[in-house]
This record gives sequence, C-alpha cells and structure tokens, in this order.
Amino acid sequence: MTKISKNSTVDSTNTNSALSTTEKVSLSLKKRHRKEKRFKRIGLFSVLFGFLLVVTLIGDITSKALPAFHQHWVKLEVNYQASWLNIDESTAQSLSAKQMKTANYRNVLKKSLYQMFPEVSGRKDKRQLAKLFSSNAEFTLKDNLIAAPLLFDKQTQIWVRLDDDVDSYLKEEFPLGEAGLRISQKQAQWVAQLIASERIESRFNFSFFTASDSREPELAGIKGALMGTILTMFVTLLLSFPLGVAGALYLEEFAPKNRFTDFIEININNLAAVPSIVFGLLGLAVIINLFGLPRSAPLVGGIVLTLMTLPTIIIASRAAIKAVPPSIREAALGLGASKMQVTFSHVLPQAMPGIITGAIIGVAQALGETAPLLMIGMVAFIVDVPTSIVDSATVLPVQIFLWADSPERAFLAKTSAAILVLLSLLMVINLSATMLRSKFEKK
Amino acid sequence: MNAITSAKQEQVNVTTKASLSQIELTETVGNIYADDAKMSIRNANVYYGDKQAIDNISLDLAKNQVTALIGPSGCGKSTFLRCLNRMNDTIDICKITGQFTLDDEDIYAKSLDPVLLRARVGMVFQKPNPFPKSIYENVAYGARIHGLINNKAELDEIVETSLQKAGLFNEVKDRLNDPGTGLSGGQQQRLCIARTIAVSPEVILMDEPASALDPIATAIIEELIDELKEKYTIAIVTHSMQQAARVSQHTAYFHMGKLVEMGKTEDIFTRPSHKLTENYITGRFG
Repeated sequence: MTKISKNSTVDSTNTNSALSTTEKVSLSLKKRHRKEKRFKRIGLFSVLFGFLLVVTLIGDITSKALPAFHQHWVKLEVNYQASWLNIDESTAQSLSAKQMKTANYRNVLKKSLYQMFPEVSGRKDKRQLAKLFSSNAEFTLKDNLIAAPLLFDKQTQIWVRLDDDVDSYLKEEFPLGEAGLRISQKQAQWVAQLIASERIESRFNFSFFTASDSREPELAGIKGALMGTILTMFVTLLLSFPLGVAGALYLEEFAPKNRFTDFIEININNLAAVPSIVFGLLGLAVIINLFGLPRSAPLVGGIVLTLMTLPTIIIASRAAIKAVPPSIREAALGLGASKMQVTFSHVLPQAMPGIITGAIIGVAQALGETAPLLMIGMVAFIVDVPTSIVDSATVLPVQIFLWADSPERAFLAKTSAAILVLLSLLMVINLSATMLRSKFEKK
Repeated sequence: MNAITSAKQEQVNVTTKASLSQIELTETVGNIYADDAKMSIRNANVYYGDKQAIDNISLDLAKNQVTALIGPSGCGKSTFLRCLNRMNDTIDICKITGQFTLDDEDIYAKSLDPVLLRARVGMVFQKPNPFPKSIYENVAYGARIHGLINNKAELDEIVETSLQKAGLFNEVKDRLNDPGTGLSGGQQQRLCIARTIAVSPEVILMDEPASALDPIATAIIEELIDELKEKYTIAIVTHSMQQAARVSQHTAYFHMGKLVEMGKTEDIFTRPSHKLTENYITGRFG
C-alpha cells in the first residue's frame, strides 16, 4: 500500500505543471482573501445602512416630538368679582360649595381679559381675544377659587394654558400671515404684548403624561392610551404565554406524530400568516356579538391579539424545545422520571430563554398592532383613563393613528411624542426580556 | 492514485465479505444461562419499523456480576441494553417482542409502570449527561422525584454516600453547589453514576460509559464498576475488548442483531468457540 501511494504521488507531481502545491495554494489564496474582504465590506455596509436608518428615524421623530414636551402658559390678572361670578354679594360671607361650582367663570375670564386689554372692542375682536387661551382656562379659574376660597371678590394672578394655535405659533416662530397658521395679525399683536410684559412662560408639559385624550391638543395626553396598552398587553401575555407554551410542549413532548398532529402543525403556521384585520373581524363577530363581551375593552383587544400572538409563541417555543439536547431527556428518563417530570424540570427550564424570546417577539408585534383593534371599537375617542380590563380604552398605536389624523397643527408633535413613548415601551420590554433571558441562562 | 486505492479497498472488502459468508449465523454457542439470574431475556426481537435490529436473543444477567456486551458497531448491543429498562418505549417506531424478566417479573407487563422499572434498573449513558444544575441537585434529583427521602438530612446523606460510592466525593465535597456541567469528562461520568446509584437500583445498565473518556478516567471508571458489582447487577456495552476482559465476568458477543456467543469472560477471550467471535477478538474485523 505504501509503495503504491508513493508511486502515485510522483505521478501527480509529474503530470501537473512545475508549480508546487504551496505555490498553487498561495495563488488561490489571494483570490480567496479578496472574496472574504469583499463579503466583509458588504456586510459592514448593510449593518451601517440599517443603523443609519434607525438613527434617522429616531432622530426625525425625536426632533418632531420635542415641542410636545413643553407648553406655554400665560399669567392672567383675574378678578373674582362677585357680580362677574354671578354670585349674590349678600351670600358672599358663607360661600357654599355648590355656589362655587356653578358660578360663571367664563364671564370672570372674559371680563378679566377685557380689563387687561382695555383697547379691545367689538364682538369679533373680543371673541378673537378669548380664543388666545385654552378652553380649559375657565376650569383653571374654577379650580383655583375652590382651592383658595379667600380669593373671592379679589384680584389675583393665575397661570392658564395658551390655546394650541398660539402655542404652536410661539414654538415654531412662523412669520405672520404664513399659510395654514390659524392666528390673526391682531392676535399676534396681543401675544407680543403679553410677551413684552413677561406674562408668557414655557413649562414642561406634565399633562401629556397625566391626561387622557382630548379634542384640544393643549390638553391631550397619553395616559389613557398607555394604560389601555398596558392592560391589553397584560391580557394578551396572560392568555398567550401559558397557552402557547402548553401547546408547544404538548406537540413536541406528548403528542403522537401522526397525520392529525401534522395537520395541526400546518394550521398553526398558517395562523401566523393570517392578516391581523381578519382576527379583528373574528373578535367583532364572535367575542363581541356572540359572547357579548364589552366593546372597546382591553379584555377583547387582549383576546384578539392573543389569537395573533399564539402562533408566534408556539413556533418559537417548539424550536426552543426541540433544541434541548435529547441526552438530558434520556438522563432523566433513565433515572425513572415520569414524562411530566422530564418535561417540567428539565426540558422547560432549558427551553425557557428561547421561549421568552419568542413571547417577546409576539408581544412586540401585538404592541404595535392597530388593524384588529379598529374592528373591535378600540378606536373610539375615550377621555377617561381605563382602570380595568372591561373599561373602554384605546391603545398607543391607535392613539397615534387618531392624532395623526387630526387637523390641528399641535397634534403633529403629539403624534411624534406618542410614537416615542411607544418605542420606549418596546425598548423597556426588550430590555426586561434580555434580563429575564440571561437570568434563565445562568441557571 | 484514487483508482488504485479504491481497488485495493475493494479487495479488502471482498475478503471480509467472503470470510463472513463462509461462517453461518445459526444458534448461539456457549452458555447463555446464569446460575443466579437477576434478569432473564428469552427470544427477544426488536424492530425499528421494517428493520429488525435484534434477532431472537436469549441471555441471563448474573446477579452481582458484570456482563459485557461486545460486538461491532450497529450490531444491536445498545438497542438490546435499552430494552432492559424500556428506554426504547420513547421511540414510536420501535417494536419489541419476547420475554424480559427482572426477578421473574415480566418487565413489559401492562401492569408494570416503566417509571418503576427504571427506578430499579438504572442507566449510565455513553456521553456524560449531567443535568445543567448543581452537583448536589444532580445526585439528589432521582431520590427526590421518587420520594425516597423525608427530610433534608436524609437527602444530604444519600448525596454523600452516592458520591462516595462513585469515588467522586473527595473531589467535589467543597463545591457541591457548583454546576455539574463544569466538571471534567471523567468526573461528569462518575457524577452520572452517582446519580444513578442514588436511586438504589438493582441493576445498572452502562452504554459505553468510558468511550468518551481518556485512559486515566477510564481506569477509574473500571475500578468503580468492579466495586459496584458487590451491590448491583451490571450490564455494560463496550467497544473496547480490553475493557470487557478487565471488568466483566460474562461476555456476550453480538453480531448483526444476533447473539453469536456467550460465556465466561476468560473463556471467550482465551478459547472462543465461534469463528466470528475469534475474528472479532483477534481484531480481524469490527
């Protein structure tokens, strides 16, 4: 044998050209290295491109969202005159709560404004002047008096919100008469007066995080949608995680491999590809109309999103369960562990990191889902912050959709700010998932 | 060159085939019976789908002795071993016929739960497969799931004695809470043995327990097997004929799903009765 191979080596060197193996390899080596370099460059380019896209997106949204985080307030000289309040002066000594609640604050506001701007006359001008301030201003006056009844019949200074058009005008500093600007020459003059007398101040917009939706952009906040999202995701996770994991464990560990389970597998994969609006229709037809669950509720939204999330979780969990080395199962079986014990004390903990990743992908998908929720009425204009899963609610993506559709200029910033909140929520979820994952992996 | 080599190989193959076809596989030669049998297997057949992996094998495992199952790759010795604690139950297409008894009790009886059987017939696998848990938990797991203990002190006791029996205690006593997967290969395998004996089985099946280990670790495992036979009946599948000769009292030679020869180890290795056995143990093929 040795002899034969020696001969054949000699043969092969003779038949080929004078190049030795080393030379041939080094020739092709150059080409191989070139290929590798080229591939590396392409890879680096695609990574950079993706990164650039994300940075552009976030940068653009952030720059657009920034105006939404502060708001202009104006200091008004308010006179709580009894006659303006429409309260009888004789009862002024013992002001009842009901009197304070039902008093005419709109009149107080108007009269106080006319006092501050004595030159304004004529109904049209007066109306324009009143429009400079948020429709919420009279309620600010009311709250103020109720909090401090001693101010009754006295002059005081009160901060109220400016109207959103004025707010946008101040933030964006458009030249006057710019198309689309909803503020007149005269109004601009009054605003300039207010600025000159240092009555206007920009403050951080806390109400964006503490208020619910409103028709008035200066009053609209994210809290209602945020709570709706949290409640909906809570229901989704509560339903889809145990169901998905149980389904995956059954299919992988317990179910016999036959045509029926093949059929189920195909259908789970199909389910993952069903357009989400179809699930919305199903929710409307079955969950609301047939089972009579409340419309617009996070409970129904959560159930619909569960249908959407479930296949994602099942597919990811099955992959994670499959990846658990069979030697671990055999070891436990060999010790006399029952199937159940093998599954829950060995397979499941090992597969947990993968299962969690799948669940997070599913929930992240559900978090951004709008279409199915439109069908079940979560698109309604809801002013109250939902407190339970059967209250009417909306969710962040739907809120974004609603605000993006609104004509007021100030909603542009609100929309971007809501997108930022949604993205931050997503990041928080991903971060917690990564932490959970590493915790399970350490075990 | 290629042509020449393959021609040469073909020639080798031809001789092997020829020598095999000359020898008929008929009845098992030697002595399959043991005076004091812990397990008895009669007329065992195993099919994977249409393929027959075990063909009519009968043998006894002698109590408190080591029986080595040897033979070339794919001869069915691992399959046979896995039938002894019903590990093949987990394979859907696997069909088993024949009589398997443990202390004259049919282990494939419908009334017998495989979980109970596996508590009595433990298994050590080819590749060390500790659970990804602490050393303590690895050993404690079996005792815990079977409810063999009433309190922590008893569990500590079982863990310690099992690790001692497996000759691992002194090496790991200071780091019982470290992960079992962090041990060396030989230590992991001894941990797996400790884990198996913590359940106090009557029979231990070992599927090439030392094939993934270096010679020193192998020597330690072999010594351990020799000690363990005082308390347990052991069946060991091995590729190494030296190992079979060193640790076992009985040897069964498997060939293509059949039991060719069985007998006392010293007889098999000094005076094999069957031509195939002789070829195998003299290294002619396998």
